[in-house]
Amino acid sequence: MEQPILFCTGGGCTAKLGAGILSRILERLPKGPRDPRLLVGYDSKDDGAVYQLTEDIAIVQTVDFFPPMVDDPYTFGKIAATNALSDIYAMGGTVCTALNLVCFPQDGDLNVLGEVLRGGAEQVTAAGGSLVGGHSIADHEVKYGLSVTGIVHPQKIYPNNAGQVGDHLILTKALGTGLVCSAARVGETTQEALQQAVDSMTTLNKGAAEVLRGYTVHACTDVTGFGLLGHLHEMMDGNRSCELWAERIPALPDALRCAGEFLYTAAAQRNRNHLTPFVTFEAGIPFEMEELLFDPQTSGGLLVAVPPEEGEPLVAALRALGLPTAHIGEIVPKMNQEITVKER
Amino acid sequence: MMLHVDARGDTCPIPVVKAKQAIAQLQGGGQVEVLVSEEIAVQNLIKLAQQKGYGVTSQKQDAHSFAVCITVGEGQETDEQKEAPACIPDRRQGGTVVVIDSQEMGRGKEELGRTLMKGFLYALTQQDQLPQTMLFYNGGAHLTCEGSPALEDLRTLEAEGVTILTCGTCLNFYGIADTLAVGGVTNMYEIAEKMLTAGHIVKP
Repeated sequence: MEQPILFCTGGGCTAKLGAGILSRILERLPKGPRDPRLLVGYDSKDDGAVYQLTEDIAIVQTVDFFPPMVDDPYTFGKIAATNALSDIYAMGGTVCTALNLVCFPQDGDLNVLGEVLRGGAEQVTAAGGSLVGGHSIADHEVKYGLSVTGIVHPQKIYPNNAGQVGDHLILTKALGTGLVCSAARVGETTQEALQQAVDSMTTLNKGAAEVLRGYTVHACTDVTGFGLLGHLHEMMDGNRSCELWAERIPALPDALRCAGEFLYTAAAQRNRNHLTPFVTFEAGIPFEMEELLFDPQTSGGLLVAVPPEEGEPLVAALRALGLPTAHIGEIVPKMNQEITVKER
Repeated sequence: MMLHVDARGDTCPIPVVKAKQAIAQLQGGGQVEVLVSEEIAVQNLIKLAQQKGYGVTSQKQDAHSFAVCITVGEGQETDEQKEAPACIPDRRQGGTVVVIDSQEMGRGKEELGRTLMKGFLYALTQQDQLPQTMLFYNGGAHLTCEGSPALEDLRTLEAEGVTILTCGTCLNFYGIADTLAVGGVTNMYEIAEKMLTAGHIVKP
């Protein structure tokens, strides 16, 4: 590619609008009469919408697209698709069909676009889905993603906010994709660290979702642009509190060093601004760890709440897939502070 | 010593990266004023300053312009020595200094000279090995200021870690100090020092 720097202008989920401004707008949207078959819709902060078709089949719909966060177009396509497909898994569904969404410069190199789409198509196939069409728009900046449709049994939807007191909080992937990609953009991380981040961002949550079916999942969401703390805040939903243990949080190689070099994103600061009222960092939590917890993730892992007796075997089963899964905290009775980050 | 950094229009983390580069150039304390175009970038600069124990103030100039002033005390660590040992791929070639003393490359028609200079600066961004430092003085000072056709390429080089310095006397002489758009400001002492200690000097 001739001008990789222009292709990659700081994308991925770091390009998401802040949660604060978004919820103010969504609250004011006019709502029609409630369709009883709509099981999960706008009024929930869930990952996808769920609409019941028959007694045992509901469709799950989601859409996600963003600008590139890496220089290589094929890799970008793969990451964008992995991220878009993830919402289906976070709802407990299986992937059926996907539609491409493309913004591309009118005079851009079509080989680049071909590579983006190839990466995306490969991941849809790997997810067991079919790519069935798409829509493209001429735009000065490249953006790519997918609208994905899946199915789920209406009684087996994973809510993102129904965790119970005592539940173990389990995270399937390491944090730090925003930090590492942002550092890579200014040449301040290693090729190896970037590759590890790319490997993580192109790992489908499919394997983890399949393992989860054998467990009692009280709540599940995928960790993306609002960072671990943002998605945890949605999971607490004003009704419960939780504690996190900093020393258990899995971090991508070099992510904490990048945080220490202040290579954080604007989105991380937006997350911090939005979440500060809900989070307490106990003394001794380093600044780098705070940044990691606010770091917007592109194609992050699943964050799951399961009953305590199932926590340990679930972690073991997910680790057996090669995932850096960790038991990072637990849900506690509602307190003044919603999320408390402790050293251990 | 007071350095000015214009990071308006830059997305995070570039304002912070530019501020860190300027702070590293301060010799034994001083101030760095960073211009940015969004509130979030102001907050990220304040976080940097607070973590490092620097003084910091900010001022909103208009809806899309904020000035953040970072004050580094005498003897505070400025990262100059320990700059990015872990950073690869570091394309900066040990000690090469590029000196640009005109807006034109070579002698002849002015129009051609300007085209050649723009082409040279773009070609630099495409090299496997980059210079350590680029010095802009006399007519060359225009190239680091607003309106320069080479700004994008110079910003790319800066993002790759190349130190870009423009002669402050020259900026003042031409009355363009307020329009510096990439890199930091330097003085004749530093220009002489960089040239004397350079591995190679490249002058297009």
